Amino acid sequence: MIAIVDYGVGNLFSLCSSLKKIGADAVVSGDKKVIERADKIILPGVGAFRDAIAKLKETGLDKTVKEECKKGKPLLGICLGMQMLFDKSYEDGEYEGLHLVPGAVRPIGEVIPAGYKIPHIGWNKLEFKKGTKLFRFIKEGDFVYFVHSYYAADCSEYITATSEYGCPITASVENKNVFGCQFHPEKSGEVGLNILRAFAGEGE
Amino acid sequence: MITKRIIPCLDVRDGRVVKGVNFEGVKDVSDPVSLAEYYSSKGADELVFYDITASNEGRKLFTDILTKTAERVFIPLTVGGGINTVEDFDRVLKCGADKVSVNSGAIRNPDLVYEAARKYGSQCVVLSADVKRVDGKFRVFAKGGRVDTGLEAVSWIKKCVGLGAGEIVLNSIDTDGVKKGFDLEMLSVVCDAVNVPVIASGGAGNIEDFITLFTEVPKVDAGLAASIFHFGEVKIKDLKEEMKKRGIPTRL
Repeated sequence: MIAIVDYGVGNLFSLCSSLKKIGADAVVSGDKKVIERADKIILPGVGAFRDAIAKLKETGLDKTVKEECKKGKPLLGICLGMQMLFDKSYEDGEYEGLHLVPGAVRPIGEVIPAGYKIPHIGWNKLEFKKGTKLFRFIKEGDFVYFVHSYYAADCSEYITATSEYGCPITASVENKNVFGCQFHPEKSGEVGLNILRAFAGEGE
Repeated sequence: MITKRIIPCLDVRDGRVVKGVNFEGVKDVSDPVSLAEYYSSKGADELVFYDITASNEGRKLFTDILTKTAERVFIPLTVGGGINTVEDFDRVLKCGADKVSVNSGAIRNPDLVYEAARKYGSQCVVLSADVKRVDGKFRVFAKGGRVDTGLEAVSWIKKCVGLGAGEIVLNSIDTDGVKKGFDLEMLSVVCDAVNVPVIASGGAGNIEDFITLFTEVPKVDAGLAASIFHFGEVKIKDLKEEMKKRGIPTRL
């Protein structure tokens, strides 16, 4: 069973529907026990980093997620959920993350050339490392859907995919059993469903 | 490289897709859920649903349709029509919308843009503007393009971006329904004024109109149309193949 962590942020409807579509057994829950019982965890998130991390900590689920991760349970952070995996974020201040992947979250405006719009919204090509577990059902150059204004920096050794937006932008990361996607697999059509299939463990 | 998006727009009333020509003379086209699935399978990059229902029963029907669509279609969904409060954002987001577009609701209360962006993030807030030339000036119209608000369009759009709108749908009333091409002049002016994505709406009649749009106004991010897709006058696959052939980045 996959537990989608519900800490009161964002819209989990599409994520749930996409997991249902691929036949995965998924449960949306804010209950510590359910997350502990799950085989895999998905940490979603949209909106502002400060609010999201505060809510996650308020519910105490930050500790649950970290403990389960330490036991080796696969975790997938999506969009802001990925950004929260890092040490800290510089979105409107400086905030502590979950320290599950070394690195920091910074405004994309600091790296992309002038004339590129912010947020980075739309379909962009994935350029990924061969052999990346999450991408075993898709092919190089497949498109995924992004919506973000901040990106994961200082994490080069954990980057498994980038997308070109005037410069390479971190699209996904992996640190042992911890995975993160900056893009939205649940909004990336058949390619996205295939990424979720890989996380769900199809064909393993 | 980010691709140029092709977005079919579904105007929904009483559970059915309709499309007005110059906002009048509405024709019934199809079932929204199957149409959405069809477009997604043919390569649409995103879908826009406009709720043009006036009644409460119709509104309930609309959210049911939205839910059914989001259960089956895994591309971004933008929802607009009748969005006047932050609660309206909440209502459609819970049914599976990813972005919410505001138009008359923002004109009545610009703080709505600010409040919604603060609560859901700028990426969620789309400003939709119906714009028409009046005495050579671009003016914003409300209520489905019927009422001249007197607002100057570029400053209105800039103001909303400042308040937190993360994307603009610019619908030219002057070219809407005419099928003679997008309003390149209006789009250029708006694209030069803001640094958020701009979606062109109104006027597409054939594939060449999209090619012209993306080559003449390279800052435009997406092209939106309704009836030409609904009636099969332009097939999304053909359009995208032509875009690729002409060197316009597209998802194929």
